[in-house]
Amino acid sequence: MRPFDYQRAERLEHASQLTRPEGGRSIAGGTNLLDLMKLQVETPDTLVDISRLPMAGIEDTDDGGLRIGALASNTATAVHPRVKADYPVLARAILAGATQQLRNKATTGGNLCQRTRCYYFTQINQPCNKREPGSGCGAIDGIARIHAILGTSDQCIATYPGDMAVALAALDATVEIAGEGERTRRVPVRDFHCLPGDTPWRDNVLEDGEIITGVTLPAPVGGTQIYRKVRERSSYAFALVSVAAIVEMDGDLISRADLAFGGVAHKPWHDPRLSDHLVGSVPSAELFDKAADILLDTAQGYGENDFKIPLARRTLSAVLAHATGTKI
Amino acid sequence: MTITVNDKQYDLPDDPRVSLLDFLRRDIGLTGTKKGCDHGQCGACTVLVGGMRINSCLTLAVMHDGDSVQTIEGIGTETDPSPLQRAFLEHDGYQCGYCTPGQICSATALLDEIANNWPSDASDDLEAAIDLTDEEIRERMSGNLCRCGAYVNIVAAIKAAAKEMAA
Amino acid sequence: MTAKLKQDEPDTRNILDTMKQGVIGKPIPRVEGLAKVTGTATYAAEYKIDGCLEGVMIQAPFAKGTVTAIDTDALLAMPGVVAVIEDPRQTARAAQGTANEAPVQEPMTVTYYGQPVALVVAETFEDARNAAAQAKLTYDIEQVGSFDPQDVEAEVQEDSATRQGDLAHAVKTAAHAIDTTIHTEGHASAAMEPHGSIAEWDGRNLTVYASLQMLNYNITELADSLDLEEDRVRLVSRYVGGGFGSKLGVSEDVVAASLAAMQLNRPVRVVMTRQQVFQTVMRRSESAQRFRFAADSEGTLSGFGHEARVSNLPQESFAEPVLQSSDFLYKGENRLLELEVARIHRMTAGSVRAPGEAIGMPALEIAMDMLAEKAGVDPVELRIRNIPDKHPANGKPFSSHKLEEALRQGAEAFGWDGANRAPRQTRDGEWWIGTGMASAARVHNVSKAQVRVVLAADGTARVETDMTDIGTGTYTILAQVVGEMLGLETDKVLVSLGDTAFPRGSGSGGSWGAASVGSAAFVACNAVRDALCEKAGINTDDAEFKDGRLNGGKTFSDILDGTEIDRTGEYEPGDISEDYVASGFGAFFAEVRVNRFTGETRVTRMLGAFGFGRVLNEKTARSQCLGGITWSIGAALTEALLFDPKDGHVVNQDLAEYHVPVCRDVPDCEVIMVDERDPAASPIQAKGIGELGMCGGAGAIANAIYNACGARVLTLPMTPDRVIAAMPD
Repeated sequence: MRPFDYQRAERLEHASQLTRPEGGRSIAGGTNLLDLMKLQVETPDTLVDISRLPMAGIEDTDDGGLRIGALASNTATAVHPRVKADYPVLARAILAGATQQLRNKATTGGNLCQRTRCYYFTQINQPCNKREPGSGCGAIDGIARIHAILGTSDQCIATYPGDMAVALAALDATVEIAGEGERTRRVPVRDFHCLPGDTPWRDNVLEDGEIITGVTLPAPVGGTQIYRKVRERSSYAFALVSVAAIVEMDGDLISRADLAFGGVAHKPWHDPRLSDHLVGSVPSAELFDKAADILLDTAQGYGENDFKIPLARRTLSAVLAHATGTKI
Repeated sequence: MTITVNDKQYDLPDDPRVSLLDFLRRDIGLTGTKKGCDHGQCGACTVLVGGMRINSCLTLAVMHDGDSVQTIEGIGTETDPSPLQRAFLEHDGYQCGYCTPGQICSATALLDEIANNWPSDASDDLEAAIDLTDEEIRERMSGNLCRCGAYVNIVAAIKAAAKEMAA
Repeated sequence: MTAKLKQDEPDTRNILDTMKQGVIGKPIPRVEGLAKVTGTATYAAEYKIDGCLEGVMIQAPFAKGTVTAIDTDALLAMPGVVAVIEDPRQTARAAQGTANEAPVQEPMTVTYYGQPVALVVAETFEDARNAAAQAKLTYDIEQVGSFDPQDVEAEVQEDSATRQGDLAHAVKTAAHAIDTTIHTEGHASAAMEPHGSIAEWDGRNLTVYASLQMLNYNITELADSLDLEEDRVRLVSRYVGGGFGSKLGVSEDVVAASLAAMQLNRPVRVVMTRQQVFQTVMRRSESAQRFRFAADSEGTLSGFGHEARVSNLPQESFAEPVLQSSDFLYKGENRLLELEVARIHRMTAGSVRAPGEAIGMPALEIAMDMLAEKAGVDPVELRIRNIPDKHPANGKPFSSHKLEEALRQGAEAFGWDGANRAPRQTRDGEWWIGTGMASAARVHNVSKAQVRVVLAADGTARVETDMTDIGTGTYTILAQVVGEMLGLETDKVLVSLGDTAFPRGSGSGGSWGAASVGSAAFVACNAVRDALCEKAGINTDDAEFKDGRLNGGKTFSDILDGTEIDRTGEYEPGDISEDYVASGFGAFFAEVRVNRFTGETRVTRMLGAFGFGRVLNEKTARSQCLGGITWSIGAALTEALLFDPKDGHVVNQDLAEYHVPVCRDVPDCEVIMVDERDPAASPIQAKGIGELGMCGGAGAIANAIYNACGARVLTLPMTPDRVIAAMPD
């Protein structure tokens, strides 16, 4: 780690002020930031400890939804009675990620900001446009096993590695962000993360000095909620492909199909065409296969990760079959 | 700025870069907590902070002003080992011993987590009471790597200790 | 006084069985166990030494070329930095196991990505690590044509080749033939304790606390690296947090810490980061293995071919010996065994748990499963049918051979059904369920070793050797061997290990530790027994040692009358190593579930039946087997080192991306220890255990995957993508 100035923020505005200059970073759980600081992938001049700000609460909202404070730990969220009862896909996604030790420290806000696991991003002597703009991408003609197949650019093929945000994308949650002064803004989770494009260093829409204060979930929608994570170990591994699904049947027809995908893109991947395609139809192997065609119509492999295209297809079929009770 | 470790108070380090792990091992000489990867990928550094298990490598000591930490040295001693420590001994839940303090700290917390009915990835029902099944133990212990391959014995040790503690 | 035994003949007396104390073989908990479970066992980097500086290695960010300069002025200007150690004696690679001489030095000449080139020393770890990451190197890079072992020329290892009869003709004319190539990816030892050392220099003598497996060789390697006389060096490794081959030879941290301490006249600690362990220690080579079998209609082999390619850096003599057990395991008068080594600039290839058989046996056993299917023979029966009664090439006898018993006992306990082996018989929802089996084999070695046994005036015993216990149970089994021989409960036997101030042991590696130092302790104990009997005025043959008394009468303490008996035992294998083929044998049985959509595989049941001679401690022996089975699961499903094609660096250089098995990957496993005394293995009739448990297990899992879902996966590990690709629609 490079030397840095450690400051404990007493108030939110204070934190915002301290993190506004270039080189200011806020820290809460620290499970991702410290990992990267030790590797000198992250080299903040000022580290602003926001862990004691009063943002850990989980509360009901007026419209019957739920607001999860930015500093609520992943554990607190996953074991919350309302999350377990009304948003099981979120509890499942969190529990499928990391370990109990990490979930005890990791926070809602931090998890949304989790940076990629790309091998080339984390090795400072390798080229990486995300870490060092203009240095190139080591993964495109290197080992791209864990990399993206959707929404990539010729500058970056990294993935967003988390699980929680994939469930939040399926749930159409909203991120609350505090900025300078009293200004706050609300951004749908589905729009929070960026695609790499020509600005691969940008993971998400946060501006300097902005701090996530919470996430709100809409009123419960019920349905069958599944988080399916395909990984190389049975636990404690990042997703090769994951699917968050909220599916509801009305008689023989699918009446809701909110889907989001992890491990395939620089952001939790949500494609509204899938819902359009599935809702109102009778579930069948052909229907699921066509859904996969839609999902993957622009998919591109980079050699080592070509397998993710058939894997995403097969995983989607398995999830939809399970969720709709269809034999395929 | 102070921190309490195993009921004893210490001053926090001046250098904010010092991880809680390095603080324990180097500054105050509690080397029972192990460094296996320094990146939250092995669990050897697991300690309890306020009763919750965390990776002490991925947190800064200065962020723990006023916190209370329990390490393997605070869980039991050679003359007065905890039921889990005795069970690990009896069931050979270790070989080289390097991951062992982390395993035992994890297992200590695990029993509380199950008692609190916190679900895991292995739980069929998120809301039901949790049984201490082998699969629940395995999932919940998966944050502690053991390269010697003592997992089968670790699971046996945890089951035996839980049984003893319930009796 | 030193008592010596050079073993030229099998020892069928089974002396340990005639002793009366009754501690040998018993499942007693480890004698050092309380220290481990309470965190008081002290590992290398944990000694509290005042004024200790911290060093972090600077590494080359390229694969081949020369570092011409390091900007030391800039580093010395950084906070806390005390020195930058640039010394041509610094080692560029770790020493191979039993090298007994300095490994490659002159670190500025770079031959692999991440090679250590210098050491930054600072007052604190944070300052040292920070400076090392920011070191500016000037260098000339030499282009490397390819980092892919399949793209370069390879040398055949003539000394391990077997060419007998005409394999090609046998295959052409056989009732059933197999010709298949199986690939395995590289592995990392990934011991949980990273390599680390603390060096102290008093101006004349050097003491180094290090994490090493073979101090008896390491002391020479270190002294040779430093150009220091060996008697001025002391190495201490009382507890070692796992080795698995990665700590056989002296590693780069040991030499770097020593050079820094000698230059700065202050103690210096160097602990590798986890990434450095991945980059600079040892990898198990990847392999490509071709099998050609010729069999008659019953599946009996007339032709056996195993040709393999592995890789290593130039200058390294080690070649992953994947043919080692193929040499003698199965019949076939027409034989072709050839191993070739491709020279590539990935980091050093060396020993990782069970070098050779760990990947050679699973591959062989996949090919055997293919033959069983083709010949329509129960896979268990096929193995039994092909067990030779002597070495199939050189005709030497086996010292003892328990393969058939292990296969039969294992099959019985597992509930093996060999009759209907067609794939895709059982499905549970999304999951195909199947079973598979494989033979296990691992050559047995013993080595020269010395152990000192002192029967103290108070009637207790002290045992001393520089042998290490890397988690295998050496502390405990030595207490049991000595306790049994001298008639003492194990709590009356104090075992001290891991210090070169003690007599030279065998070192821990190649599964030879227990048999070698156990035998040396046995030799020492015989001498102690003789001496005590002489004092008591009786013939040793008439003596019974039990509970600290001779023949149930006088206590040892009374007989010793204030004196002590101090004997060093030296054991050395003689003609037995030439006259016999000695090996551990066994059988694996596995049940798996394979997801028909995602190709994820979960092992749901695993059983190993092993014959490894005398069991010295039933508890720790079983744990060794369980460890091997766990590694089998890793090798089968998750473990693969990935290398960048452009510069050869390890891309998955941490424990998040290199997937060692986690607790949830390992089901309940059953271990059967086949009763055996191997008289030509050692005078205590014991053989190695630690490696046997993974020599074939991944093959059983592969065969179970095939049986479950019909996917014949020919590249290990069998990750979901490979299973899907091999799965029939």
